[in-house]
Amino acid sequence: MTTIDAPESMYRSVEGLGVWEHRGKVAAVGVGHSPTARRWDGRPETTVGAGSIQSMRQAMDDAGVSPDQVDGLVIVPVTTTGAPWPEGSPVPMDIVNAFNPTDDPLDGIGQLSAEWLLKNMPELTNVKSMIHAPGCMSAAITVAAQAIGDGLANTYLVVKGWHNYEGRYNHGGISAADEVPGNYALGVGRSLWGPPGCYGTALQFAQYCTKYGKHHDMMAPFMRNSRRNGLMFPEGYWAQHRPEELPAEDYLTSRWIAKPANLFDNDIPIMCTAAYLFTTAERAQDMKQKPVYILGHASSRGRPRSLTPTLEEVEAETASTGRKIYESAGITADDLSFENMYDGFAQFHQFHIEGLGYRGMGFGDALDFYQTDISIEGPNPILPSGGNIGSGRSRFWMHTDSIQQLQGRAGARQVTGVKPEVTVSGGPMPLGGNFTVWSATPD
Amino acid sequence: MVKQGVIPDELTGPFWEAANEGRLVIQNCTDCDRLQNPPQPNCGECGLGDSLEWKQMSGRGTIYNYCVVYDCPIRLLQEDQPYNLAVITLDEDPGIQMYSMLPGTPIDEVPVGGAVEVIFEATANGQKVPEWQVVDGT
Repeated sequence: MTTIDAPESMYRSVEGLGVWEHRGKVAAVGVGHSPTARRWDGRPETTVGAGSIQSMRQAMDDAGVSPDQVDGLVIVPVTTTGAPWPEGSPVPMDIVNAFNPTDDPLDGIGQLSAEWLLKNMPELTNVKSMIHAPGCMSAAITVAAQAIGDGLANTYLVVKGWHNYEGRYNHGGISAADEVPGNYALGVGRSLWGPPGCYGTALQFAQYCTKYGKHHDMMAPFMRNSRRNGLMFPEGYWAQHRPEELPAEDYLTSRWIAKPANLFDNDIPIMCTAAYLFTTAERAQDMKQKPVYILGHASSRGRPRSLTPTLEEVEAETASTGRKIYESAGITADDLSFENMYDGFAQFHQFHIEGLGYRGMGFGDALDFYQTDISIEGPNPILPSGGNIGSGRSRFWMHTDSIQQLQGRAGARQVTGVKPEVTVSGGPMPLGGNFTVWSATPD
Repeated sequence: MVKQGVIPDELTGPFWEAANEGRLVIQNCTDCDRLQNPPQPNCGECGLGDSLEWKQMSGRGTIYNYCVVYDCPIRLLQEDQPYNLAVITLDEDPGIQMYSMLPGTPIDEVPVGGAVEVIFEATANGQKVPEWQVVDGT
């Protein structure tokens, strides 16, 4: 059996496509997570591969599905947070001996393939569809939903893992070189001018503050709320390892990375893995957890004209994405119980929710909205998952939370100020992301 | 601040050659009459490569906005942190951006929306690179 790369035709990336043809016919049921860690500790049982197996088995158990009932896998093969495997270093023998390898010795520790998972999960005996999705869980969810709706398979495990080695990402290699190639020097990445990873978002935020008369201090309630929600997310990094609140004083006195973005505006890279069990709405009726139905999905494929997206390009794209999301699901902003849009970097969460028109907000309104009650107990919850800011960089907390909230099993994090009926999650970037509308009912 | 040295390649060679002569050139598609930066093998609009030329710019631009970099991944730049890092838009086409450290402008005292003009600075291996200075009176 071969693994296919998800074709672009699986994504709904333009406006005017109408309501998703499989609206309410696909459901998420089971959820599984590996433990989190700041860095890989070198043990076989904490590799990204082992964590993936652990989370996949949890997701099946959570849904009450036996392994032989899984007939599809959607995997994100890229697992790096940015730190590469040390060049020329052999894979330790205890790692080699712990797993059944593929042709790539880094499979399972520095990347993840569907083939590797099948070799190391012999209980998956009936898989007939294997799809690789790019980037992050948001894309994998979109692909799995479309694959089930299209009938490629009935029950998929959807998997995203992250590995994080020692060292600061992007600080080695060409960043440490004395000379660089001409095209790199002028490129959109680090270039000769050395913009940190958050630079583009920080620049947009700077322009946002200039245009709308806002200030970085106005982010503090959002950051505090996100960490608070994250500390109620037992699967997350901060809850597991550093149960610390983030009061405004701590946030506002943190060191700058690229002012106006400070350390906390950047998410913390971690080791973590999540798996979800997706199936048809019909099949989901017999499973252990309440189904959460997918009403629609939408994707952004916006590209900046030049080096980095301007605020104006961001706003045009998030507005378009919002229209695609609502069109796909056949809903309006008024139908959203809460939102779970991406936040890693913290400073573009407001772009996503302004594009959605969440709670009627327009461009330039979000930071004022952050000064109101945005808690899970209030009528206008903002990011109840806590996102990457609340639980570390996974790009999947908002999806897990959306599923758990609508199932009514988000624990201490459960929203109480609104009835959890319909929500939207997705990301990562305002220009370039995938978004899913979830519902407690299929219609 | 001394930037990493540059080794011109096939795609960007004319840009660097012009920089050493004190000229700013930007890729332009003659079919689309459209500038683009960073340089690409093909036009981002029509997808063709054989209609790309290098067009000389006036060297005038505007500061879109800026950040102050405190934690840069480039080793050679780290000892000079913090530094201003602005995005400049070209007068010929405000959609075209270039980075600038705005030499001569005090840290975090950048006149957003102000006028700038191009200068050329030597990198670590002597290759010159465009930079931008605030025009007096801005």
